[in-house]
Amino acid sequence: MGYHSIVLVKQVPDTANVTAEAMKEDGTVNRGALPAIFNPEDLHALEAALEVKDRFGGMVTVLTMGPPKAADILRDCLFRGADRAILLTDRRAGGSDTLATSYILSQAVRTVGNYDFVFCGRQAIDGDTAQTGPQCAEKLGIPQVTYLEEIIDIKGKTAELKRNIGNGWEMVRVKLPCLVTVIETANTPRPWAAKKMMRNKSKTAPAELPDAAPEQLEQLQQQGKLLEQWGLDDISAEIDRCGLSGSPTKVFRIQSIVLKKSGFTGIEPTETGVRQLIRELVTDRTLG
Amino acid sequence: MMIEKNRQGEVWVFAEQQDGELQEVSLELCGRARKLADQLGVNVGAVLPGKTVSQIAPRLIAQGVDNVYLVEEERLEFFRTDPYTKVLVELMTKHRPQIVLYGATNLGRDLAPRVASATRSGMTADCTDLEIGDVTDGRTKEVHKNLLHQIRPAFGGNIIATIVNYDMWPQMATVREGVMPLFDADPNRKGQILRETVTLDDSLFLVEVIRRHVEKRELNLKGARIIVAGGGGIGSRENFNLIYELAGAVGGAVGASRAAIDSGYVGHEHQIGQTGTTVRPALYIAVGISGAIQHRAGMQDSAKIIAVNTDKDAPIFSVAHYGIVGDFKTVIPMMIKAFKERV
Repeated sequence: MGYHSIVLVKQVPDTANVTAEAMKEDGTVNRGALPAIFNPEDLHALEAALEVKDRFGGMVTVLTMGPPKAADILRDCLFRGADRAILLTDRRAGGSDTLATSYILSQAVRTVGNYDFVFCGRQAIDGDTAQTGPQCAEKLGIPQVTYLEEIIDIKGKTAELKRNIGNGWEMVRVKLPCLVTVIETANTPRPWAAKKMMRNKSKTAPAELPDAAPEQLEQLQQQGKLLEQWGLDDISAEIDRCGLSGSPTKVFRIQSIVLKKSGFTGIEPTETGVRQLIRELVTDRTLG
Repeated sequence: MMIEKNRQGEVWVFAEQQDGELQEVSLELCGRARKLADQLGVNVGAVLPGKTVSQIAPRLIAQGVDNVYLVEEERLEFFRTDPYTKVLVELMTKHRPQIVLYGATNLGRDLAPRVASATRSGMTADCTDLEIGDVTDGRTKEVHKNLLHQIRPAFGGNIIATIVNYDMWPQMATVREGVMPLFDADPNRKGQILRETVTLDDSLFLVEVIRRHVEKRELNLKGARIIVAGGGGIGSRENFNLIYELAGAVGGAVGASRAAIDSGYVGHEHQIGQTGTTVRPALYIAVGISGAIQHRAGMQDSAKIIAVNTDKDAPIFSVAHYGIVGDFKTVIPMMIKAFKERV
């Protein structure tokens, strides 16, 4: 018995360190030019799923959509305690906006099947949209609980969850299956476990070995060293709902921020300088 | 359920209310919706779901709305995603607006994407500006007239992207609180209140609210006339007390940059910037804040900005009106003293 959680995770460029060279002309991001990290809130989503497993039993499947190197975060998930990891990689998924992404992910979740929870981070730091979770829930036809702060209890096919509502919180009772988006304050992600690391560190996705001969892949498979990998055809996705053709929103223009300002006055860091500044602000009624 | 493109469609605002009180961001949106609708030559509509909320409809009209679509139902008292989604989708299908705007609150960001998914329409989160303009497709050279330009910081706030949606309408966006100016209400404005009925069956109520706790916001960054904000340069939690002292002296609220939050100097509710609160006070005093774009995006519209920083090349000086290159540990006490001794 127990509960099956599917966690949607994403590898993201570390947007704290972006340079102009990281942008391509069409306005999309050259992800290769930036360090790739585990989207921070997705780690909290994984932790929530592992907590469900620890407290109520069950298993945790992680799923990511991305380029071959996104397999990195799948290994990370296995090191922390995930039971199964699937890489969804397909060139035809490139250029997907949140609507197309959520369609693809929902098809993948359906393909995994038999789940009680879908967990994902509230938002990814490369887009900050917080849209993919709710859109995925809609496509799956299941209720959503966003901004998870705490898993209170799970009994039978019902979960009691506490969520943040911006100026407070609410406790909700939700019928399973449901989709839950998780925020940072919900928990503390556990570290890697040494044994799990040893067991999983050499697992590789076929897409990471583009030059490998079929026999070699076969051999790795038999040794249990291959990560599961799916393409759009494996999840019965309608191709025109994926990638650019499935994305209503288009990036029209990219600009650097132009800052507005009128006049600049340098103030000396002295008693006199500061006194003059304060007097000026009091005179023009900025300060009371 | 896809909605047919409608060039005569209204510009809509989702009127978010809690316990019968409208969120300020909804009122801000009414003003911008008015401007966009005037450019397009169409009406402004507002969707107002709730239990007993008809008394707030006139406020929306005073703020620029022509048609308030009122949906009153016992079970709409507290927001729940599915029934609210049903209300929006059904009314959108019936009236075919060309634009639908939501506040980028926790509620708006829960609801809007669900509606977008159900109608397979385009959706842009967290816009900081909205304009009407033409767009030429770079590939087909086709010109799309009078589209909604959805402008938002992207990629960690390092760029500003303009997003458009040619044909999978309506064009939907959430908008940050405090980025659109709130216009004066005109109580004499005329508009219609249209009562709508939406059938809500039990399958929409799989989430039940057991308990709810709303805190009165003690910290009101958005409403503050003066904000004193500290950044990573403050160096420690103890040093951050100086920020509180200056704020206390001048009657301001305490803000912080992401660096100060991440270093644990102060709670995240104080965060100002693209991922925190967007503010436009009369006076913003930035202390020990280098001024990453993500921070500037949340405060650059302040009427007056004073920057205090030891690094004369800090980007914060590029938006400041007054710059003090110096150590805040000596400058702040000087400011407090000068203010107390003002004549």
